Amino acid sequence: MELTLWTYEGPPHVGAMRIATSMEGVHYVLHAPQGDTYADLLFTMIERRDRRPPVTYTTFQARDLGGDTAELVKRCIAQAVERFRPEALLVGESCTAELIQDQPGALAAGMDLGGIPMVSLELPAYSKKENWGAAETFYQLVRSLLKEQLPPPGSPRPDPGRWRAEGRRPRVNLLGPSLLGFRCRDDVREVTRLLAQHGIDVTVVAPLGARPADLERIPSADANVCLYPELAGPVCGWLERSFGMATVRTVPIGVGATEEFLRELCALLGLEPPDLGEGERASRLPWYSRSVDSTYLTGKRVFIFGDATHALAAARIASQELGFAVVGLGTYSREQAREVRAAAKELGLEALISDDYLAVERAMAEAAPELVLGTQMERHSAKRLGVPCAVISTPLHVQDVPARYAPQMGWEGANVIFDTWVHPLMMGLEEHLIGMFRHDFEFVDGHRSHLGDGAPAAPSLEAAGPTAGQAAVEASATAGDRAAAALATTTASATAERGEPSWSPDGEAELHKIPFFVRGKVRRNTELFARERGIALIDAETLYDAKAHFSR
Amino acid sequence: MVATPSSPAPPSAPSSEPLANQPVQRENGQREVFCGLTSIVWLHRRMPDAFFLVVGSRTCAHLVQSAAGVMIFAEPRFGTAILGERDLAGLADANEELDRLVGDLLERRPEIRTLFLVGSCPSEVIKLDLAKAAERLTQRHRGRVRVLNYSGSGIETTFTQGEDGALMALLPLMPSEDLEQLLIVGTLADAVEDRFMGLFARMGVPVVRSLPPRRSSELPPVGRGTRVLLAQPFLSGTARALVHRGATLVEAPYPFGVEGSRAWMAAGAAAFGLPEAAVAAVLDPLVERGRRALAPHRERLAGKRLFLLPDSQMEIPLARFLARECGMELVEVGVPYLDRQLMAAEMALLPAGTPIWEGQDVERQLDRVRAAQPDLVVCGLGLANPLEAEGIATKWSIELVFSPIHGCDQAGDLAELFARPLGRRGRLSFT
Repeated sequence: MELTLWTYEGPPHVGAMRIATSMEGVHYVLHAPQGDTYADLLFTMIERRDRRPPVTYTTFQARDLGGDTAELVKRCIAQAVERFRPEALLVGESCTAELIQDQPGALAAGMDLGGIPMVSLELPAYSKKENWGAAETFYQLVRSLLKEQLPPPGSPRPDPGRWRAEGRRPRVNLLGPSLLGFRCRDDVREVTRLLAQHGIDVTVVAPLGARPADLERIPSADANVCLYPELAGPVCGWLERSFGMATVRTVPIGVGATEEFLRELCALLGLEPPDLGEGERASRLPWYSRSVDSTYLTGKRVFIFGDATHALAAARIASQELGFAVVGLGTYSREQAREVRAAAKELGLEALISDDYLAVERAMAEAAPELVLGTQMERHSAKRLGVPCAVISTPLHVQDVPARYAPQMGWEGANVIFDTWVHPLMMGLEEHLIGMFRHDFEFVDGHRSHLGDGAPAAPSLEAAGPTAGQAAVEASATAGDRAAAALATTTASATAERGEPSWSPDGEAELHKIPFFVRGKVRRNTELFARERGIALIDAETLYDAKAHFSR
Repeated sequence: MVATPSSPAPPSAPSSEPLANQPVQRENGQREVFCGLTSIVWLHRRMPDAFFLVVGSRTCAHLVQSAAGVMIFAEPRFGTAILGERDLAGLADANEELDRLVGDLLERRPEIRTLFLVGSCPSEVIKLDLAKAAERLTQRHRGRVRVLNYSGSGIETTFTQGEDGALMALLPLMPSEDLEQLLIVGTLADAVEDRFMGLFARMGVPVVRSLPPRRSSELPPVGRGTRVLLAQPFLSGTARALVHRGATLVEAPYPFGVEGSRAWMAAGAAAFGLPEAAVAAVLDPLVERGRRALAPHRERLAGKRLFLLPDSQMEIPLARFLARECGMELVEVGVPYLDRQLMAAEMALLPAGTPIWEGQDVERQLDRVRAAQPDLVVCGLGLANPLEAEGIATKWSIELVFSPIHGCDQAGDLAELFARPLGRRGRLSFT
């Protein structure tokens, strides 16, 4: 039993949902109680999808447990197949159904599904997590759809350079991009464009946007590109072992990694190696980083935490391409812990492998960074510590699905990363200047920090840990309110002398229950309302009268 | 999964008066509703000295954090004791593990006065006895913290029913006292609650208390003389348990809209035999002002066709408000379950023949939505964007449990929540 206040990854069946929802023509019947339908909102709200995930939940209830839940599963499968007519069916269970052992996969196997390929998913909910579930589902689905094409044991490995003999351009698969992944939509476009510039075609992108029939075309490519090891690692390994397909495992995030990726891929496919220094011309990051304006970036202390893929890439870019000092590196991806440990060791650090966000926050506070590169949770922790932060990794927030083109991979990805990381540092500088000038009499009172009210409390936070930190934040908020109330009272008594309406204590009290960001407007409106009607003393009733008056 | 016509009331909810003429159909299939754990999202804000510990799986943890608006700005006052494979193997160990984990938690959060152990689907299925655990832990931490338990599991509860469970867990700790008091039951926004307290005092109600209180350790008493006024329509078990403790349940519509709020406050006052003139003197100006605030929104909503999917259990009172005060036409009113006793006053006010559907088969229901092409659908977060993409305006229901919407003074704001999506569509143009 483990106490979890917040979790980076959902349960493994949410990973399976990511595969089903990323694809077209796949339906997932999930044996799960009604509460599990919350997962739909991850796709419709966070990812802003215009369609419901293709998932049928059995939503069994306590009263069903005495009866025949297996019948319920079979009925749901039959109805889902009839209504959605999928090209492939996934059948599985969530944590609770795993306990009642109906074995929905076995039930589905015994049904006449009209010849639709069916994959039974066994995703242990009490030991595994979301990314593992996604990788396992993708692997099981690919394996099941390629069953018939398996070459007999001992067959020679296909030559990745065979395209020349076949008189066509070389072609590869991009494996791993999915919904709820970080910037996958744009990465696919950027990598596809990059490959096209080097005369390489893309055969299949999966799971994002692929149909089951597309997965069947995977072996027709010359090699696989493992874009996101968290999701595609196992499937690429299996394709190597079973079909002899070579995999490019360098993830092209950052200028250096993109160059390395191209070199590796070209060597594998028997293409001319790419020009040295292509990145210098194709991306602005190298010049921007060398320009004198970036001098102040030198040795900036950065703390990095995220999924393994993005944390590793960030460490390389930060230390080699921007001249930062990496003072902390970690991941919540236990499956890739080895790689992150190795990268940390090279930087003279010990990697933090944890899914406890409070442990990450403590490590962050101890490292005393000037910039945090993390998930949305590290953004919040950094905010409490008053440190600027850029988000580099899942778990996804609606802000991580921008309307604009914002890849992380390839040359344009490097441009995006330069802007995204340097911008908060500049804002941090601005914050510092505001702090410096705060006591000047010209300073406009009420300036609101974009870093939030927590920033000034940072030193005490570091010293006392998160719980005390929260209390400090709450205390400072209360103190602020009191100051505002005092100010308001003074203003009110001053204006009363000029024949302006003043506020009664209960009116003032009522006003302070209104959130600060609209309080000013409510105050102005109420005073205007009172003036127009010759009301001298504003009480709670006046406030509500005014509220009703302006409510439109 | 065939819809059946009006079914008899469940035995636990005897109807206190003949039902109004509302056809009720029952549907059974895939439900698209949160489970009772979701109530933690507002309960932990209401009682800052309480901690809600879900005993469940990673799914439970992910659900609560996703429903809570995704992000936490400080160390939250809720968490999940995630069961691992070892806990499933032996229940004795699971209890030991729970004791250890609670000990660690209390050490880290000394400000906690009440700890709720919240049962989940997995803990119910493995029959982990949280009542016994709560007793044991109360003994162990006596004098420091009270440990209570209730179930928020999705196999037994939906969405808002979690609050019912939490309040019922508090009930045995409420002192017995036969004093004359009005007890407002159900979480309200603090400002709204203060407002109601002030208004009841002005009408002459001697003592007004609320459940849940703002501090979990300051529970109101209950006994003969207590008149219970439900502020939320989903507290069936709590209402019955309070009656069992000697309280009287005041029947009234719920305080949504001007009409509902007035009737609700007047019923509270009437329960103390207060003179109608005194009550009218306080309430009539509110009513008049509330109607003025409503008027502009009514213009936008009148004649528009409304479809409510089952979600928060507030659907019937909201449908009543939107039909009677905003002039909307009700295409279908879905509810997760129907408690006829608690809904009697509301159903009597619904336009005759309003189709009420109890339960859900989400695919069929969406077929009906598409066939009816309503002007506005009230639904959960999973369905809103997909319906918008199909060209149907929506209002997400979860906002209704987080926003201050109760009372005459909020009637305009409440109507605005429904008018906004329609108004927004009118503003947007991309040609």
